[in-house]
Amino acid sequence: MEGILAQTIVSGLLIGFLYALIAVGLTMIFGVMDIVNFAHGDYLMVAMYFSFWLFFLFGFDPLFSLPIVTILLFGLGVITYYLIIRPIINAPMLSQIFVTFGLLIFLRGLAQFLWKVDYRMIPQTLSSGNIEAFGIYFGKPQIIAAAGAVICNGVILWFLKKTRLGMALEAVAEDKEAARLMGIDSDRMYALAWGIGIASVGIAGVLLSSFYYVFPEVGANFGLIAFVVVALGGFGSIPGAFIAGIIVGLVEVLSGFLIAPSLKFMFVLAIYLAVVFVRPQGLLGHK
Amino acid sequence: MKNKLPVIAFLLFFCCLIFFPLVFKTPFPRHVLIMVFLYATMGIGWNIIGGYAGQVSFGNAAFFGVGAYSSAILLVHFGISPWVGMLVGVLLSALLAVIVGYPCFRLQGHYFAIATIAVGEIVMVAFLNWNFAGAAVGIYLPILEQSLKNFEFHTSKLPYYYIIVCIFLFALAVCYFMEKSRWGYYFRAIKNDPDGACSLGINIRKYKLYAFILSAVITSICGTFYAQYILYIHPSSTMDLMMSIQICIIVLIGGLGKLFGPVLGAIIFVPLTELTRVYLGSQGQGMDFIIYALIIMVIAIMRPQGLWGVFSREARGTR
Amino acid sequence: MNELLIVQNITKRFGGLQANNNISFVVNKGEIIGLIGPNGAGKTTLFNCIACFYNVDEGKIFFKGSDISQSTPQRNCQLGIGRTFQIVRVFKDMTVLENIMIGAFLRNKHPRDAKRKAMDIAAIFGFAHKLQLKASSLTIAEQKRLEVARAVATDPELLLLDETMAGLNVQEVKESVELVLKLKERGITLILVEHVMEGIMSIADRVIVLDDGEKIAEGSPRDVINNDKVIQAYFGDKYHAKRREFTTSIQ
Repeated sequence: MEGILAQTIVSGLLIGFLYALIAVGLTMIFGVMDIVNFAHGDYLMVAMYFSFWLFFLFGFDPLFSLPIVTILLFGLGVITYYLIIRPIINAPMLSQIFVTFGLLIFLRGLAQFLWKVDYRMIPQTLSSGNIEAFGIYFGKPQIIAAAGAVICNGVILWFLKKTRLGMALEAVAEDKEAARLMGIDSDRMYALAWGIGIASVGIAGVLLSSFYYVFPEVGANFGLIAFVVVALGGFGSIPGAFIAGIIVGLVEVLSGFLIAPSLKFMFVLAIYLAVVFVRPQGLLGHK
Repeated sequence: MKNKLPVIAFLLFFCCLIFFPLVFKTPFPRHVLIMVFLYATMGIGWNIIGGYAGQVSFGNAAFFGVGAYSSAILLVHFGISPWVGMLVGVLLSALLAVIVGYPCFRLQGHYFAIATIAVGEIVMVAFLNWNFAGAAVGIYLPILEQSLKNFEFHTSKLPYYYIIVCIFLFALAVCYFMEKSRWGYYFRAIKNDPDGACSLGINIRKYKLYAFILSAVITSICGTFYAQYILYIHPSSTMDLMMSIQICIIVLIGGLGKLFGPVLGAIIFVPLTELTRVYLGSQGQGMDFIIYALIIMVIAIMRPQGLWGVFSREARGTR
Repeated sequence: MNELLIVQNITKRFGGLQANNNISFVVNKGEIIGLIGPNGAGKTTLFNCIACFYNVDEGKIFFKGSDISQSTPQRNCQLGIGRTFQIVRVFKDMTVLENIMIGAFLRNKHPRDAKRKAMDIAAIFGFAHKLQLKASSLTIAEQKRLEVARAVATDPELLLLDETMAGLNVQEVKESVELVLKLKERGITLILVEHVMEGIMSIADRVIVLDDGEKIAEGSPRDVINNDKVIQAYFGDKYHAKRREFTTSIQ
């Protein structure tokens, strides 16, 4: 029993790191420009399909596709910004919500149209297999994904806090007007935020594709989890997203293990609601 | 003179409602018409909370599901008339609206929208796991003798059409009187500026709750109708997030906070959905979504107030 | 009983910052009180505490004898305290008439009555010919006036006006002053927060000066402008040089 529990906790932690990576792009875009990208989970789906097709057509291992997909998704994020986000920056919130919702439906519809609703999976990758330690089994792809997520989160945080460009981005998030006076072009910073935000979810998608099915709706659940993580951690807070990701991962696997697997998602959402009602700004968010 | 035009327009519209089925005699166009009014009614329900009061709810399908399941469960397990079931559904939906709304209305903007997604999903997962309610398989309603009392008709879709038109007119009337009353003004004030509204003595949370209850009640009635019309319900056909989204889209296309916005939205949106489904079939799966998505994005970017204004005086700038 | 509002030793903190520190004063029925002070003095915080947009950390506020220190904005308004905002918060998508009606609905449940009352008030505030215009199409000065009209429609006994004169030209300031006097004639007690002193000095019965979260002076406008602390607060160490200029500009 303890063994299984320990196993469960470890797998919760591993998936939690990945959730944090999925959420970090969402929280960053929100933090910089106050727009919630409802289509965030669907970029994850796009990245997973890219990874799948690169494997299926060219035999690229996901680890090898990683840089390619990251660059593709960065570009996709920037294009999305210039094409549909820029026109609605100052629009009422309802329009903003509907535009990114439209994007969600568009990406999902496109995936259904192009690739049908089949579940697809990359069969065998370089990272397949298990490792055993202390009587606990770790799936290698999960470990690689979790490690990748931690590294990637670290890099993003380092980028924001230590590089000139990152600090400029933070400045825009803090105060658009002041940043403008300092000579920072907020338009380009927004594009950059979208690029990085979408690229980071792309990395998560590739890492996920080595051990999870790809299908057009795959973004739905992960997207919803990303919202929960972001709102739980506090909109715009990157460390908040990291902690919340781990909490969500743990709640998910533990409620699945202790209560019922089919209800685990319900518990994640219930925890989210409970936290938000007590602290509307999330764990680490400020008003 | 100025006030006669809308009256005439409405009478014309009303005549069309009655005579439509005489023009469209085959089942498919009638089915499309029924779906148009079903969605228009749900749109009116959503418009009250989303369009007038400005609180984007992505969980309205939960009320639809509660309506559908209340009457279906009562009929299947207890043999209670769906008409009574409809009332029970209304009460339960109103209760759900209060339970959900009371804490959720502390949240603003995006936080509220995401919380409603969470609530909608929780309700759906609960039904997926509730064996008494048929779990994921859903409920087949018993085939009864056709009559108004049993709310079942098998030889023709015509009675269903007239029932949904009545429900639609009821919802339209509710919305009309709401719009003209103090509530309507307060809802719009809250949407425009919540701080300004509470500085004028408006208890925002209370009025948001009123809007949510009205919205829930109308949506729930639609749910019961749907269950009796299709005679088979399951969680993903009655309370999926996609359904909540479709309801919002209809209002957005037609016009947020406009009485006839949802009607216009449904007239455009529903036939499009049904036709793509028929003509593209499984081949074009996803094509209907791509089309909606493009419509939504174009409207939200180019004309966020919806298409309704195109036909009204307001658009010509006299206001 | 002549005291309408009693503010007793209130303190309001934001994190470590003490925005209001131990402030007390009394407002009598029918008075016009000016609340002034340099930027960041805590005027708006104090104002928001009285309007219950913030709840005070310490101290009490009494309105007509009842404690409102932990009340809510809407209850405050129902009790008879109206307010405007520093950055205008009119209902932009609604017409001028509808904006005023929202206020009038507080005491008149029926739309017909609310409409009649709103038309009366609109006439007083010079909106008779602009009833059907969208609030967003008005000028800023008009929007500020609309906010006052809207608040007056709730039948307040005490009206809090937050920088209604800021950013207005000379003519508009003059109109604003006349408006305030008109409100006084209707029996409304007023508290005016102003950063600019010119407009307020001619009409205020008493002036309360805040600096750095504390009340540093209180009295008639004439007494206050000669108060050393006030001049110090406004002009710091350069006050000797500026003093004459300052007094003449006000008189």
